[in-house]
Amino acid sequence: MASETRVLFRHVDEPGLASIETYRRLGGYRSLERTLKELEPDELLTTLEESGLRGRGGAGFSMGKKASFLPRGDMDKFLCCNADESEPGTFKDRELMQKNPHQLIEGIAIAAIAAGAGWAFIFIRGEYAEMGDVLDRAVEEAYGAGYLGEGILGSACRVEVVVHRGAGAYICGEETALLDSLEGKRGNPRLKPPFPAIQGLYGGPTLINNVETLSNVPHIVANGADWFKGFGTEQSPGTKVVSVSGCVERPGNYEVELGIPSRELIYELAGGPPGGREVKAWFPGGSSAPVLTAAELDLPYSFEAMADAGSMLGSGAIIVADESVSIPQLALRTARFYHHESCGKCTPCREGTNWTVKMLERVISGEATPMDLDIVASVQDNIIGNCLCVLGDSMAMPVGSMVKKFRDEFEAAIEAGKASAPRPLDESAADTRPVALGVS
Amino acid sequence: MTAGERRRLVGSMRPEDAERVPELHEVDVPDDLRERIQSAMSKYPQLRSAAIPALWAVQRHYGWCTPEGMRQAAAVMGVTPAYLESIATFYDLFRTTPVGHRQVLVCHNISCWMRGADDLLRAFCEAAGADPHAADHGGATSEDGEIFVKGFECLGGCDVAPMASIDERYYGPLSPDDARAAVEQLRSGAEVLPDRALGKRQAAGGPEPEPDPRVAATEAGGSG
Repeated sequence: MASETRVLFRHVDEPGLASIETYRRLGGYRSLERTLKELEPDELLTTLEESGLRGRGGAGFSMGKKASFLPRGDMDKFLCCNADESEPGTFKDRELMQKNPHQLIEGIAIAAIAAGAGWAFIFIRGEYAEMGDVLDRAVEEAYGAGYLGEGILGSACRVEVVVHRGAGAYICGEETALLDSLEGKRGNPRLKPPFPAIQGLYGGPTLINNVETLSNVPHIVANGADWFKGFGTEQSPGTKVVSVSGCVERPGNYEVELGIPSRELIYELAGGPPGGREVKAWFPGGSSAPVLTAAELDLPYSFEAMADAGSMLGSGAIIVADESVSIPQLALRTARFYHHESCGKCTPCREGTNWTVKMLERVISGEATPMDLDIVASVQDNIIGNCLCVLGDSMAMPVGSMVKKFRDEFEAAIEAGKASAPRPLDESAADTRPVALGVS
Repeated sequence: MTAGERRRLVGSMRPEDAERVPELHEVDVPDDLRERIQSAMSKYPQLRSAAIPALWAVQRHYGWCTPEGMRQAAAVMGVTPAYLESIATFYDLFRTTPVGHRQVLVCHNISCWMRGADDLLRAFCEAAGADPHAADHGGATSEDGEIFVKGFECLGGCDVAPMASIDERYYGPLSPDDARAAVEQLRSGAEVLPDRALGKRQAAGGPEPEPDPRVAATEAGGSG
């Protein structure tokens, strides 16, 4: 029987963990104290890089390496904690922030010191008002205890932390759009390079990390890089909080060692699909990840295994669709989300997401022909790699994978749609459209 | 607006007609609104970063981002009203038309959809008396003007799917009966669905399992 390996989620339901007293009683803030007393910023960076900690927000890039890209020297540098968790199926940062906000704040303080950043911003999505309130209280407590602000614990270090609430835009999870939004603009992505590490917030060098990534930092500082590498696989060290949702008996966040069989996560921890049904398709890393099938359930859940299978670990969110779910409808729901969230800056994404939604509606209503499926696929090919950010790609990859892996089902949907399509002059025509979908 | 009307309108515009930054003495900014915006401006190295916090303050004060409220915020911040309007219309949580003051956002993204989100949204609309089609396409306010219902993209509450955010707090999993009860409670001013509040939910994996020996051996992990 699979079980969790709780590091970030240790004591997660301890009453009062969100308060500084309880967090400190359980050993909290010792890593920050150690950082200030014993470690030079360079040593910190080396430890983080040696730990092999990979970003938990989606891209999976080495956190230590990213921090080391920031130029040295005396200038205004910034740290942004990306708490805009908006990837469909992902809710791990929500629980981490709500239940253990000081773990994140300690990680932010240490990472800011390592990167030489005097300012840190927590960009939390506006929908997470409840967690924003928790963070506000925790930041105030941390200031009160001298862990933040000018001269932290009597040292020369200064880290100012601001909790910044967004206002509802998936695109702001993209790091350069996040920076624009934080500067008080519309959240449009920027052209890269220059990368944020060189020119980010207010034009200064900026380190951007996800909530879960930063929450790992105090543990790595306390126990060392080798301890961290003792969990997970060689290329995916550590534990991962995995959000499992959709057609499973017990949806929720489960913290596991990276590399455990995906089947254990879905069937043993989350209980598998209800009613004894079988898994039909699953997204391994949020709705932006190409879907995998039941035949791929035994793959290890790690960055490298998911990449080898043509998908990605992404934000670490598994969404399960069982046999009761129609894949063309699932594709339409997925495409509709990206269409809604496209910021409109780049044409392939703005138009491609729009046309994909329209074509999938035609497939479902029986107005399409099987040849149209090739056009759907070609639209996806024309989005990938042609925009400033990967929002368009994030629709193209899962939708493309669904059309490829479940083409029979799309063809059957076209036939079924034709059979039930209204006859000309049929006055009830409007009622036979798939209104339940609520598509425009 | 037809294309021709639009062309004529654009043709009639002159740079000198553009609304400039309003002076503070030209607008009557309520004290608490001004204080909130100024406090937000003082938190950032550059004051424009306070654009979103300022709009939140306007929305909290007036119930939605009113043109007059945005003008007041613009005067406090020293930016044009058009600048703030461009921000307000970009983000999904800002309302630029009047809406009911109680807010229900029903997630209709894939995880919630697979667990009955469409039925849930319909139940909220029927109970509140809001148009279900409009609710799923930008939002709809109930006939009595009290409750605003909107189908929303993933709210990050997939563990309690199907779910909704009611007055900025998460609730789930919800049945159509829960939706009817919630609307009743919103109208009577009672506490909304106390046993469905996400804030009270324990970790999905249950109580702490026996810690892994590698975790137990660390006397002082960040949190344990």
